Amino acid sequence: MINEIYLDNSATTQCFPETAELVSRILTEEYGNPSSMHHKGVEAERRLTQAKETLADILKVSGRNLYFTSCGTESDNLAIAGCARANQRAGKHLITTVIEHPAVIETMHALEEEGFEVTYLPVDSDGVVSPETVAGALRDDTILVSIMHTNNEIGSLQPIAEIGRLIKERNPKILFHVDAVQGFGKAQIYPKRMKIDLLSASGHKIHAPKGVGLLYVADGVKIRPTLPGGGQQGGMRSGTENVAGAAAMAFSAKRLYDHLEEDVDRLYALRARLIEQLQGLDGVRVNGKPGRESAPHVISLSVQGVRAEVLLHALEDRGVYVSAGSACSSNRPHLSETLKAIGTPKELLDATIRLSLSVLNTEEEIDTAAAALLEIIPFLRKYTRH
Amino acid sequence: MKYESFLIKYAEIGIKGKNRHLFEEALVNQMKLALRRCEGHFAVTRSSGRVFVDALEDYDFDEVVDALQHVFGITGICPMVVCKVLPIEELAAEVVKFVGAEYPDRHHTFKVHARRLDKNYPLDSMQINEELGAAILDAYPEMKVDVHHPEILVTVEIRERMYLYSHIIPGPGGLPVGIGGKAMLLLSGGINSPVAGYMVSKRGVKLDAVYFNAPPYTSERALQKVVDLARQVAAYSGTIWLHNINFTEIQLYIYEKCPHDELTIIMRRYMMRIAELLAKKYECLALVTGESIGQVASQTMTRLSVTNEVCTLPVFRPVIAFDKEDIITMSKKIGTYDTSILPYEDCCTIFVAKHPVTKPVAEVIRRHEKNLEEKIDEMVERAIETDEILIVDASGVRKLQEN
Repeated sequence: MINEIYLDNSATTQCFPETAELVSRILTEEYGNPSSMHHKGVEAERRLTQAKETLADILKVSGRNLYFTSCGTESDNLAIAGCARANQRAGKHLITTVIEHPAVIETMHALEEEGFEVTYLPVDSDGVVSPETVAGALRDDTILVSIMHTNNEIGSLQPIAEIGRLIKERNPKILFHVDAVQGFGKAQIYPKRMKIDLLSASGHKIHAPKGVGLLYVADGVKIRPTLPGGGQQGGMRSGTENVAGAAAMAFSAKRLYDHLEEDVDRLYALRARLIEQLQGLDGVRVNGKPGRESAPHVISLSVQGVRAEVLLHALEDRGVYVSAGSACSSNRPHLSETLKAIGTPKELLDATIRLSLSVLNTEEEIDTAAAALLEIIPFLRKYTRH
Repeated sequence: MKYESFLIKYAEIGIKGKNRHLFEEALVNQMKLALRRCEGHFAVTRSSGRVFVDALEDYDFDEVVDALQHVFGITGICPMVVCKVLPIEELAAEVVKFVGAEYPDRHHTFKVHARRLDKNYPLDSMQINEELGAAILDAYPEMKVDVHHPEILVTVEIRERMYLYSHIIPGPGGLPVGIGGKAMLLLSGGINSPVAGYMVSKRGVKLDAVYFNAPPYTSERALQKVVDLARQVAAYSGTIWLHNINFTEIQLYIYEKCPHDELTIIMRRYMMRIAELLAKKYECLALVTGESIGQVASQTMTRLSVTNEVCTLPVFRPVIAFDKEDIITMSKKIGTYDTSILPYEDCCTIFVAKHPVTKPVAEVIRRHEKNLEEKIDEMVERAIETDEILIVDASGVRKLQEN
């Protein structure tokens, strides 16, 4: 059995063992429904409140502004569709970027069918939207701007604080949503200081289980709930709360944020270490800005003359798990909008892989992965299409 | 309307002379296999040139019809109402009730077609037709008789019991699987090859299939996709032995030794050679491919003939002259389309030469294949040794146990 080297942490992460133990304990012992009147219910409700407090502490907000959902996608949906529908009297114009996650893009498309108008902003060749572009797109009937914190494919960081400031300067009523699914757990994000009204995050990207998401909603923001039901979580999000998931997300988040700075430093060092070792390879391009101007955990590599999926499986054969920047086949091309948006040449669109790190990765793993790339890429290039 | 029985119509089987009972037996066998997947118990019987399905307990009509529509050889499925042998007046009342229930809007032309197989019945067919026709006209004056082109043909069969039917649900046609020997299908993940397998199987041919895998460069999902396709075809063809062949070594060797614009065709020739070796080993009488003239650059006439020359077995290409659109329509009809378009790389797309030679000269290709002489025979042998046999049928997949 070869050692597993898991470098696909932007897809999902390994649950911390302690977090998994907590989940198991809550599921088997503290299994009450937080809405029940009896002790089991109160105990579960306390877990939920605790989880909100912990996460609120990290974001420097109040627990009453946090809501648990089933995933990052649901958080994005609730934030964008819920706000657009509740505020359409003020206007029907929405703004986002072309490199958002499908959870945002597809929600925007659905809203277009409902009669909303959406502006999709371009990004520069490093995958960054400029605050001026955002400001220039604001209109009198703009009600919501949604911009991601960290791009999931190339790790580009968006100037969130500056965009927040410009939006509010123009009109404090325009709501600002930030999809922080990739950024939460890797960066300090303070909604109040950054003028963020709505913030989405997800549990399984930060070493908690799949099936739990988080949404921050600032005071006074009107949202029309997307799930009608029993009115849990103040009616914002009906459905019996995923108590174990919520507690797990809070537990893992706290563990990450307790020493975020050192961890981020270490991730940047790992990232640099990998890129450094690939210097000798011709025709390999690291997408996005260098060093600390990009996310600490995402490395997007365009490798001339190699098909991403082939490279992925060759790495898999060595126990190294990565993802393809975009899956592509002769049957149905699924080319990445983000890669297209940053002007990636056509022949590199299906030649791009993504390595994504977590705090669990080690220097040895990075060295092994780099060695595998150094060996496999020239080997596969022998079989390149001419 | 509650149907207790189905009359099964079959066309070609009826004209096969002395072999007829062989065909009918195969048909009945395939029907029994298909019905095994349905809830309930069913009796499948042959009686004077007819095949019947009797439901012995409650069943789901749609499920049974769907199962029967997967049995090659069936051209029509007639749901029937069954009753005991009745005197003509009571039969007439029964028929009136039947027509009333089946055609509530009544504005149709009709004809009664009685078959008296029980010659003890006091009236003959003509008389029965007249009596029943008159009874229907009395009951439903809006209906009209048309003996030449009736919209409704009400059939009454008098046997040991009486059977009424008028609807004919189309079956898939063809011949029952098992009467035509076995063929080896080259199954890729594409749209064409499952359709080709379906079409050949429809002529009564059992299928084995071979898939050329390129581990580690292909996804586990690529194999899963092919297994799923085989399962969908097996819903019609019955059990398929799917041979999963590791082709990587040969592929890399060809890339190393042969000109790059000939890679695809030389690969293709080795696939055909291996498929033929497997076919012979597993007693298949032909190869089946999904090739279609001109559909892709690799399927020009010249290329097809250069590929073809390495085989001694006949190669069936049932979609050879179909337009892509027609093949897609068929794959949607048989249910393989959605799986076929899943985007996984397979061994053919991984190292594809960008501009394959479209007019290869057999002589040149043969000469370049000489570059492979040193190792290719043992590699082919090794590839055949890698054969992992998956036994695939509509209900699942299992590995063939080694002896």
